[in-house]
Amino acid sequence: MSIQFGNPDRPNSYIGKTVPRPNARRLVQGRGVYVDDIVLPRMAHVVFVRSPFAHAKINRIDAEEAMSVKGVLRVFTGKDIAEVCTPWVAVLAHLKGLKSPPEHAIAVDRACWVGEPVAAVVATSRAAAEDGAALIDVDYEQLDPVADMMSALDPQTPVLHPDMGDNLAFERQHEQGDVEEAFRTAHKVVSARFVTGRHTGVTLEPRSILVDWNPAEEQMTAWHATQAPHMIQTVLAKHLDLPESRVRVICEDVGGSYGIKVHVYPDEVATAAIAKIMKRPMKFIADRLESFSSDIHARDHEIEAKIAVGEDGKILAMDVDDWTAIGAYSVYPRTSAIEGNQVVNLCGGPYDFANYRAKTTVVFQNKTPTCQYRAVGHPIAVAITEGLVDMAAAELGMDPVEIRRRNMFKDDAYPVTSPANMRFEGLSHHASLDKLLELMDYEALRSEQAELRKKGIHRGIGIASFIELTNPSPFMYGIGGARISAQDGCTVRMDPDGSVVALSGVTEQGQGTEAMLSQVVAEGLGVSPARVRIITGDTQVTPYGGGTWASRGAGIGGEAALQAARALRDSILEVAAAMLQADQTKLDIRDGAIVDAASGEARMPLEELGRIVYFRGDTLPKGLPRELVQTRHYITSDYPFAFTNGVQASYLEVDTQTGIVRLLKHWCVEDCGRVINPLLVDEQIRGGIVQGLGGALFEEIHYDADGQLLNGSMADYLVPMAAEMPDMIIGHVETPTQESLLGAKGAGEAGTAGSPAAVMNAINDALRPMGAQVTEMPFTPERILRALGSLKD
Amino acid sequence: MKASAGGYARASSLRDALEMLAASDGSGRVLAGGQSLIAAMNLRLSAGDFLIDISRVGELAGVSETADSLRIGALTPHAEIGRNPLIRHHATLLSQAVEFIAHAAIRNRGTIGGALAHADPAAEFPACVLALGATLHVEGLNGTRDIRAEDFFQDIFETAIEDGEILTGLSVPKAGADERQVIEEVARRSGDYALAGVCLVKRTGGHRVSLFSVGPKPILAKNAMAALDRGDVEGAVEALKAEIDPPSDTQASAAYRRHLAGVLLRRAAARIEGGNA
Repeated sequence: MSIQFGNPDRPNSYIGKTVPRPNARRLVQGRGVYVDDIVLPRMAHVVFVRSPFAHAKINRIDAEEAMSVKGVLRVFTGKDIAEVCTPWVAVLAHLKGLKSPPEHAIAVDRACWVGEPVAAVVATSRAAAEDGAALIDVDYEQLDPVADMMSALDPQTPVLHPDMGDNLAFERQHEQGDVEEAFRTAHKVVSARFVTGRHTGVTLEPRSILVDWNPAEEQMTAWHATQAPHMIQTVLAKHLDLPESRVRVICEDVGGSYGIKVHVYPDEVATAAIAKIMKRPMKFIADRLESFSSDIHARDHEIEAKIAVGEDGKILAMDVDDWTAIGAYSVYPRTSAIEGNQVVNLCGGPYDFANYRAKTTVVFQNKTPTCQYRAVGHPIAVAITEGLVDMAAAELGMDPVEIRRRNMFKDDAYPVTSPANMRFEGLSHHASLDKLLELMDYEALRSEQAELRKKGIHRGIGIASFIELTNPSPFMYGIGGARISAQDGCTVRMDPDGSVVALSGVTEQGQGTEAMLSQVVAEGLGVSPARVRIITGDTQVTPYGGGTWASRGAGIGGEAALQAARALRDSILEVAAAMLQADQTKLDIRDGAIVDAASGEARMPLEELGRIVYFRGDTLPKGLPRELVQTRHYITSDYPFAFTNGVQASYLEVDTQTGIVRLLKHWCVEDCGRVINPLLVDEQIRGGIVQGLGGALFEEIHYDADGQLLNGSMADYLVPMAAEMPDMIIGHVETPTQESLLGAKGAGEAGTAGSPAAVMNAINDALRPMGAQVTEMPFTPERILRALGSLKD
Repeated sequence: MKASAGGYARASSLRDALEMLAASDGSGRVLAGGQSLIAAMNLRLSAGDFLIDISRVGELAGVSETADSLRIGALTPHAEIGRNPLIRHHATLLSQAVEFIAHAAIRNRGTIGGALAHADPAAEFPACVLALGATLHVEGLNGTRDIRAEDFFQDIFETAIEDGEILTGLSVPKAGADERQVIEEVARRSGDYALAGVCLVKRTGGHRVSLFSVGPKPILAKNAMAALDRGDVEGAVEALKAEIDPPSDTQASAAYRRHLAGVLLRRAAARIEGGNA
């Protein structure tokens, strides 16, 4: 029996409605349990001594003075940790040519970035460990750093890892059609250089881990703020030489992740190793400075790109030359080649054109490693594509809306394969754009802009269409050899009182996964969401799964939950049919009771069925199955990824004297397939937009020419704050994926994918009459004034 | 990071605080609202200090008036500066400045005395008191001293307060009937330290222009003031740009800050001429 999603009056119609988040009250009341809230007997704290240099040989580490500090228990060097913990190499077989040297949990004889751990101090308190760490005397011998991206491959540049031969980590070129010929014969060619600033995710809760090693049971338990508990279980087991079954990863409340917490961090693995060596619980909580120097960075790209268009505005070709520098190591186990790879895969995404060439060049440098952060590669690809499309429209004297209409894949074109070889099952670019224009009243906004321009007020309207990669299959990591599950599972159980427990392999980081799961299970089964208790984040308890990344929680985890709930429903109805001597196909479960499907007449509450099954099973027919626990797993198989689409618009004002940009309003219409919880989806979009606006206007990690980190606090790394954020209007078009019963695709990254490009286009729309243009993010007031030519020196 | 304090004591009176300061052998640090000091301690930029908490010393709080000036106690919080009717009426520059200072929680705890004694060159209050021609009052065990704002700010985070002295308050001349006071600044985000800021006071005796976030201390732009006295705004902008030597950092270059100072002075002058102040 399928679910009549189109009928809002269907029974148990929780999918598609805003239901309360089961964890909201607990978190608001301060009853959340984050890693730092957990205190174990004999627990000690570890603090890391981190390299103050971008590149330095470690000659000697003198811990004598540190050991004299009251409370300090022990000091570990890289060599000490290496005795119990093997290094890792972050490459994937399907990213051909990707190379990276072995990386240790603590640097053994050479530090390769400012912030790399070089020693660990264990003490009875964090404060004492910091006192000790300040007294560790490391004899460094500074080495030449590789700091600049674009000269990393030059012959005169030192090779960061001599064993690797050169500073090239990865490169990939994709070419489709006859790009040269298309550019040679095109009506117009527009080119530009784009820069996206190095930034990071800034989670509210910093990275945190508490590891307990029980030698009597040979059992390791790690309470960890992570998006992927099973992946971490595998990694700790492998590198600490334990069976996976002896590693339990528990992930209770997590204060935001944004991709930052889906990676393997040297200091976190070192904490586990130290717990094993010292046989006592060990806690590591990163502080904010450590977050800036050791959380993964992202988005550090420089791109030369061009577009060829016909007189009619049709896109004839795109050519993209993308460079990115990933720091000193590829990050384990997802690797740091994915972001550049995504740029190649995603440029030109919304458009139906024939000739496409894109190359990414990924180099090593002595900076904090970069890796996957919310909307991996998307903001870069969308900025390149939508920036070029707007520039081409201006060159042709065409409205930016019109050029998009002429080039976007038609809404009935699917299934279709893009010039980058991405396969799209079903997208809605035109319907989304139409809805966006209606929401923003595009024509009226253009009139207002023109009127204000006469008064010297410079406003701009920017539009950005995008695609978003969600619901990944094993094509993302598994085929490359990474033990990262693309499949996810859910166990749904009915207890004697008719209440329901669902255990899921996807995780909750504050985005509302548990609310989504509760309503999917509620509808699948036929009970109210309040009756469903969701358990996530415990490798010893939940089905094996990938966790939360690449916008997969609802699409993959939600479908597994729906199927498990439907299976449990069938089991319950089988028992009910026997008890009521009725035809199973004529019964249904609605609002926690067995009912007659046709009339809706109540036949028996679930409590009664539970009482009989669990306590008076003797009264049921012998041999009647009574399995009130069901588990289902789900994996996508028809498409490597479920692409979604959307379009955003930004309206803003540029103060051409100060260069300050004031965001006035922002719109987003996106299509994530089936919307399970409208409020949660809208908030994901809004939060994502804000993170994208941060990248567009504020956020930037600064290094000097020697690879020294220049900012590392919330005072000098500017995250977007409420006062600067515009009102956001969110709309939806729903094109469910046919791969699953639920039909949901991901929504977590759409906002971040499109908002930087929308802002860039809006700023340039405002500046265009003055002949100025910006393409280097973040668009600081100074960069805008320099584009306007207002600053002479 | 965890702060590493050398000790803490709450002073019951100014005398008590001064005695503890004298007894601390140079390690004493006066704690008022703590909005800069505690942040510095939490980054271990300052460690081992013996904290002398004056936040409950009642004699350092409050705003009072004489015939021609206001006396503002050092412990008056920013939020109170913003809403106090005497200040809003007689020294509106200070209450206007509060809108630019940080966020509500900081404005509730941070004190004007703390901000002036800390002497952050990017902060609003030091530039305001300079533009207003205020007098700062300090007290030590040997007595009190009055210091003109022009002489008070010496370098980045450096003031004329001597070891063993505490800033007790300041006196601000009441604005004359025709006086205009405006503050203009630009920050990347509301509540951030300004990329550059300008205070402009137009009183019977002439214009006073001070700037913040353009050097190691708040700056009184005397040549710009003279140009404004002549009614030459563009001349004042040019003079101003020559009078400052702003720093470059990750937020903005010296060139941008110099340009911005000129824009802000022009805007401040326009506001005064427009009577909007």
